[in-house]
Amino acid sequence: MATIELENIVKRFGSATVVHGLDLAIADGEFVALVGPSGCGKSTTLRMIAGLEDVSAGTLRIGGVVVNHHEPKRRNVAMVFQNYAIYPHLTVRENIAFGLYTSGLPKEKKAARVDEAARILGLEDLLERRPAALSGGQRQRVAIGRAMVRNPSAFLFDEPLSNLDAQLRNQMRIEIKRLHQRIGATTVYVTHDQVEAMTMADRIVVMRDGRILQIGSPSDLYDAPADVFTARFIGTPAMNLLPARHAGEAIAVDGATGTIPAPPFTRGSERLLVGVRPQDMRVASDEDAQGALTLTGTVTAVEPLGPETHVHLDTAGGPVIALAEGRGAPAVGAPATAFARLETLHFFDAQTERALSGRAGADGARRT
Amino acid sequence: MSARTDILDAPAGPRPLRPGRIVAWTLLLIGGVVMVTPLLFMFSTSLKTAGQVYDLRLIPANPTLANYVEVLSDGRFLRWFVNSTIVAVAVTLSNLFFDSLVGYTLAKFRFRGRMIVFIAILSTLMIPTEMLVIPWYLMASQLGWLDTYWGIMFPGMMTAFGTFLMKQFFEGVPDDFLEAARIDGLNEFQIWWKVAMPLVTPALSALAIFTFLGNWTAFFWPLISVTSRELYTLPVGLSSFAVEQSIQWEMIMTGAALATIPTLLVFIALQRYIVRGVMLAGLKG
Repeated sequence: MATIELENIVKRFGSATVVHGLDLAIADGEFVALVGPSGCGKSTTLRMIAGLEDVSAGTLRIGGVVVNHHEPKRRNVAMVFQNYAIYPHLTVRENIAFGLYTSGLPKEKKAARVDEAARILGLEDLLERRPAALSGGQRQRVAIGRAMVRNPSAFLFDEPLSNLDAQLRNQMRIEIKRLHQRIGATTVYVTHDQVEAMTMADRIVVMRDGRILQIGSPSDLYDAPADVFTARFIGTPAMNLLPARHAGEAIAVDGATGTIPAPPFTRGSERLLVGVRPQDMRVASDEDAQGALTLTGTVTAVEPLGPETHVHLDTAGGPVIALAEGRGAPAVGAPATAFARLETLHFFDAQTERALSGRAGADGARRT
Repeated sequence: MSARTDILDAPAGPRPLRPGRIVAWTLLLIGGVVMVTPLLFMFSTSLKTAGQVYDLRLIPANPTLANYVEVLSDGRFLRWFVNSTIVAVAVTLSNLFFDSLVGYTLAKFRFRGRMIVFIAILSTLMIPTEMLVIPWYLMASQLGWLDTYWGIMFPGMMTAFGTFLMKQFFEGVPDDFLEAARIDGLNEFQIWWKVAMPLVTPALSALAIFTFLGNWTAFFWPLISVTSRELYTLPVGLSSFAVEQSIQWEMIMTGAALATIPTLLVFIALQRYIVRGVMLAGLKG
């Protein structure tokens, strides 16, 4: 196993710079997820770590060794691709063994490693099948098996679950997490699905436009997003954001009834965005809403999820999603009131879109 | 009743004959007859005696295999058959190797001048063989390759068509396959050989058929480059029946019928790949 360090890593394609000086240190055995929208540079970063793309500038170390100019093989990393990349002309056994093609190991040792990987991944009964006879989840397991047999320093996953249906994705997510807990290998996992990142990673790196916006544990990112982008990107449904302004010692939130007290750290910003997660915003009667951010609006849609219901409200400050208990949601078209406790609110400068709260993640993209 | 139900309830059976379909079928039938009749006459004539050759009945009055016995017991025919086999197989293997190597490079590597190289290769398709024969002859003459197997084979060892065909197929191979192999530590040649080549088997089959057929039936260049009778290929050898022995049609047709067998076998075995190859390449082989 190994540490992975990126120091001021830059990637240029011709005159276009797609990764702008990334700094990231991944500890031995850590599971780090790179998340962000398409084109944010997360896959390019992973490919630079793998050695499939040259590093334009900066230093890349694996296990303390600078590997900028090392061929992929010398880096001793294994990669699992979105399209599985298992060879259709080979059986499952041959596909898994392909990872050892250049290992120089004797046949018996290769066979033993293949059998061990197949046992761990539950592929023992499928070893003589061809990929065409496998389901999507089984194919992805074969791809992981091919990566495992090499005993690599690090595992790199490039959106490995994107091609699977929702149910299989959930299942494979748990399997990969279990595998990581069992093997303890350093893992870099690229995904655009924040749920995958939240549920699997020790730390999440949020990227946009080739830059790191925030690094932190899933709870860090959820509880203390550093900016509006991260706030909306992490968490489902996305955080509600309402324009607001100072009104004396208080803050007037668009669409809210009355004002809320202004925390001291917001005073430097003239215009604000007040964020509140749908999970912290409850549809309730007026009596329950004392001393809280209170929004009134018209119900535009209702999404029953069983134990709770998402209620979409059209308020004067913009659309808002709130939760209602069980089946007690108001009807579409009816007026409704939702409230949130003051300690659940997030404050952002409307101009810079940076977080204003004094929480841990608010100091931006920290190097760790 | 809805339109959908009407369709479902319609009785199964042949579709009605529209004028367009009748015309299309008629044209196809004429084309088929034009293509198949010479073949039928070839087999028919090979079963006739010399006296019956100009009796144009398709089924001979007294069919005989004597011509086959005579041709097969003639050492020259077998020698020409072997020569054709050596030339066609060697050129086919050479094309499979070099065309796919160059096609893979053009499809999967980005390097300066890549398009120029590709266009230069493609542009050779526009030069007719007749124009190339004199330069080939001069080259072969200066290199001492005239009247050798090598002399017959060298102009066809690699072709622009094959390179183009293979490039098109390799472009369809996902890069992930190649990158996975790269991470597993294979070198570029191993990636081509172990990963990319097995993924383009249909293209290789199509190319093999095109090349084998083209070289098996090649006449013009082998006629010019070879003078020794023992180096004749089958088409050149068969043509000598017409010159030396006052056109023995029954013998020529017997030789041609025998020469057709390997190509027919290759074609029947791999014909579906020809269709795929032609569809992808958008070209006639």
